[in-house]
Amino acid sequence: MLEIRYVWEWPVRITHWVNVLCMLMLSITGFYIGSPFMTASETSQYIMGWMRLLHFVFAYLFTVSVLSRVAWMFLGNHHASWKAFFPWTTAEGRRNFVKMFRYYTFTGKKISYEVGHNPVAATAYLGIFMLFFFQIVSGFTLYGMYAPGGVWSGLTGWVLTLVGSQWLRLLHHGVMWLLIGFFINHFYSGWLMDVKERNGTMSGIFSGYRYIEPRDL
Amino acid sequence: MSLDPVSNPAAIPEEVLARAEARGINRRDFIRFCTMTTAALALPVTMVGRVAAAVADTRVPVIWVEYQSCSGDSEALLRANQPTAGEIILDLISLEYSEVVMAAAGHQAEEAKRQAAEKYRGKYLLVVEGSVPTGADGAYCTIGGHSAVEDCRKLVNGAFATICVGSCSSFGGIPAAAPNPTGAISVMEAVPGAPIVNLPGCPVNAENLTATIVHVLTFGKLPATDSLGRPKFAYGKRIHDNCERRGHFDAGQYAQTFGDVGHRQGHCLYQLGCKGPETFHNCPTIRYNEGASWPVMAGHGCIGCSEPGFWDTMSPFYRRLPKVPGFGIEDTADKIGIGLAAATAMAFGLHGVASCFRKGDAMEEDKVVREE
Ligand code: HEM
Ligand code: HEM
Ligand code: SF4
Repeated sequence: MLEIRYVWEWPVRITHWVNVLCMLMLSITGFYIGSPFMTASETSQYIMGWMRLLHFVFAYLFTVSVLSRVAWMFLGNHHASWKAFFPWTTAEGRRNFVKMFRYYTFTGKKISYEVGHNPVAATAYLGIFMLFFFQIVSGFTLYGMYAPGGVWSGLTGWVLTLVGSQWLRLLHHGVMWLLIGFFINHFYSGWLMDVKERNGTMSGIFSGYRYIEPRDL
Repeated sequence: MSLDPVSNPAAIPEEVLARAEARGINRRDFIRFCTMTTAALALPVTMVGRVAAAVADTRVPVIWVEYQSCSGDSEALLRANQPTAGEIILDLISLEYSEVVMAAAGHQAEEAKRQAAEKYRGKYLLVVEGSVPTGADGAYCTIGGHSAVEDCRKLVNGAFATICVGSCSSFGGIPAAAPNPTGAISVMEAVPGAPIVNLPGCPVNAENLTATIVHVLTFGKLPATDSLGRPKFAYGKRIHDNCERRGHFDAGQYAQTFGDVGHRQGHCLYQLGCKGPETFHNCPTIRYNEGASWPVMAGHGCIGCSEPGFWDTMSPFYRRLPKVPGFGIEDTADKIGIGLAAATAMAFGLHGVASCFRKGDAMEEDKVVREE
C-alpha cells in the first residue's frame, strides 16, 4: 500500500526556500557589485549603495538560515540529519550511490529507491553546504575590511592572512557561478526525479510529503 | 613677533617656540608642523604642546640604509617641494649615514656608519629602504663587502627601533615579486622579533615617516601597529572608505575608460581597476607632497602599492579582479562563469532529451492508473 510520509519537516523546507531567495538576491546584487551594469545619471542616486545594503541584509538572512539548517541536522528526523549527507559511509549507501550514478550516466536502468535524498544528491548537497560556508566566511571577511579592529575583522582576519583580499574576492565571485551551475543541475535533477520516481520529489520540498511504497524499499 | 591665537590653537608655550626659533626654525612653520603631525598621528589637539616640546630640542641620530631599492623613498622625503616637513624633519634628526645625501664615500662612509652605530648603540633610529636579498648567499646586494642580510641584522639589532620605509623593506615589494630572482625578503623576515615598524607605500609618504619619528620622540616608543606591523594612525582605514570619489561609487557613477565622460567628470575609478577597496592607507586624507595630490585625485585608480605582495596580488592593475589561473588574460571571471552555466545547461538539456526517450526506468509502473 502506498503511504504518504512526512519527510521534510518545516525547518528543512523553510530554510530551503529562504536559501533560494537569498541565492537569487545575493547573486543579482553580487553581480552588480562585481560589474555595475546600471550607471546613475545623478550623483544623488544610490544604486551601488542599495545593492550593497541588500547584499548585506540578505547575507545576514542567509547566514541565519544556513546555521538554522545546521542546527536542524542535530534536532530533526534522520532524513535531515547530518549523517544523511555522508551516504557513502555505509555499505548500503555506497551500493545505492553506484546504482544512482549508473542511472544518471545511462549505464544502469534502476533508480535507487529512497525516502530522503538519494546518495548522489546528498553528496552534491554536502558540497553545496561547503560552498555556503565558504561564501559566508569569505563574505564576512570582505565585509569586515571596512572596520579593522572591529568584530568582523577580528573574527575573520586569519582569512586575509591565508588568502589575500584580491584572491578572496575572485573566489567569492567564482563560487557564485559554481552555485548557479549547481542550481541548473539541481533544478533539472529535481524535474527528472519527479518524472521518473513518481513519489512527489518536487512537491515534497513544498509540502514535506512524499509517496512511498514500503514494499519497494 | 606676536602670534595671533588662531594660528597657535594648541597654545604651544612661548618658551618652546623660542627654543625652536633658536635652532633656526620659523615659528609659523614650527606650529604648522606640530599641529599637522599631531593630527596625522590621530592624537587630540591637546597633545600639540607635548609634541612641540619633544621635537623642539631633541635630535635623534638616524642611520638610513638602502638595500634593493630605487631611492624613491629618499626622494619622497628630500624632494618635498615646500620647506616645512622635509626641512623640519632634517632638523629633527641627525642623519649620521645616508647614501643619497652624504658627502663621504667609500671606506670613509663605511667608517662613519660603523662609528655612528657604535656611538649611538641602542639609541639610534634605523631607517631601511629596499628589500633584503637572500639568494646566492646575499651576493645580489653588498655594501662595503658585507651582504645586505649581514648589514641589516647588525644595524637592526643595535638600533633603538627600525622604521621600514616603502613597500620593499616592509614586505619585499617589487624585488620580491614573482619569480623573486634574488630571494628578496622584508626586514621583518630578515630580523624576526626586532622592534620594527613598517611604512609601506611606493614611495613612503614622507608625512607618515615624520609622524612616526615624532611619535618616537614624544612617547619614547613606536606607534601602535596592526598585524602587519603598520602604524594604525596611517594604515587603519581603507582608501575606499575615505576616498573623495566615494559618493560616485555609492551613487553608481563610474569611469569606464580613461578619458570618457565619467572620467572627465571625476567619477569613481572602480571599473578601471581601482584597488582602493582592498588597500589600507591614509592617502585620501594626507595625500602626497604636502597635500598636493594623490593617485585617485589625479584620475588614476589605486594600485594597492602599500599592500603585501602588491605587484602580484593587485595586478592586473587595470582590472578589478585577478586573472583566473589557466585562462587567457581577456577571460574575466564572469565570462568563464557564463561559459560554465551554458555548458551545464546544455549538458543537462541533452541528458533530459535522452531521458525522455528512455523506456522502462520509471518507478511504480504497477500502480499507474490511466485516466479516460
Ligand atoms: C551565496 C551567497 C553569495 C553570493 C552568490 C555572493 C556574491 C557576490 C559577488 C558576485 C560579489 C562581487 C565580488 C567582486 O566581483 O568583487 C560579492 C561581493 C561581496 N559580498 Fe557576497 N555573495 C554571497 C554571500 C555573501 C555573504 C554571506 C556575505 C557576508 C557579509 C557577503 C559579503 C560580500 C561583500 C562584503 C562583498 C564586497 C562588497 C564591496 O566591495 O562593496 N556575500 N558577493
Ligand atoms: C526553483 C528552485 C528550486 C527547486 C524547485 C528546488 C527543489 C528541491 C528539492 C525537490 C529538494 C529535495 C531533493 C531531494 O529529495 O533530494 C531540494 C533540496 C535542496 N536544494 Fe533545492 N530547489 C531549488 C533551488 C535551490 C537552490 C537555488 C539551491 C542552492 C543553491 C538549492 C539547494 C538545495 C539544497 C542544499 C537541498 C538539500 C536540502 C536539505 O537537506 O536541507 N535549491 N531542492
Ligand atoms: S576611486 Fe577607488 S577608492 Fe575611490 S571610491 Fe572609487 S573604487 Fe573606491
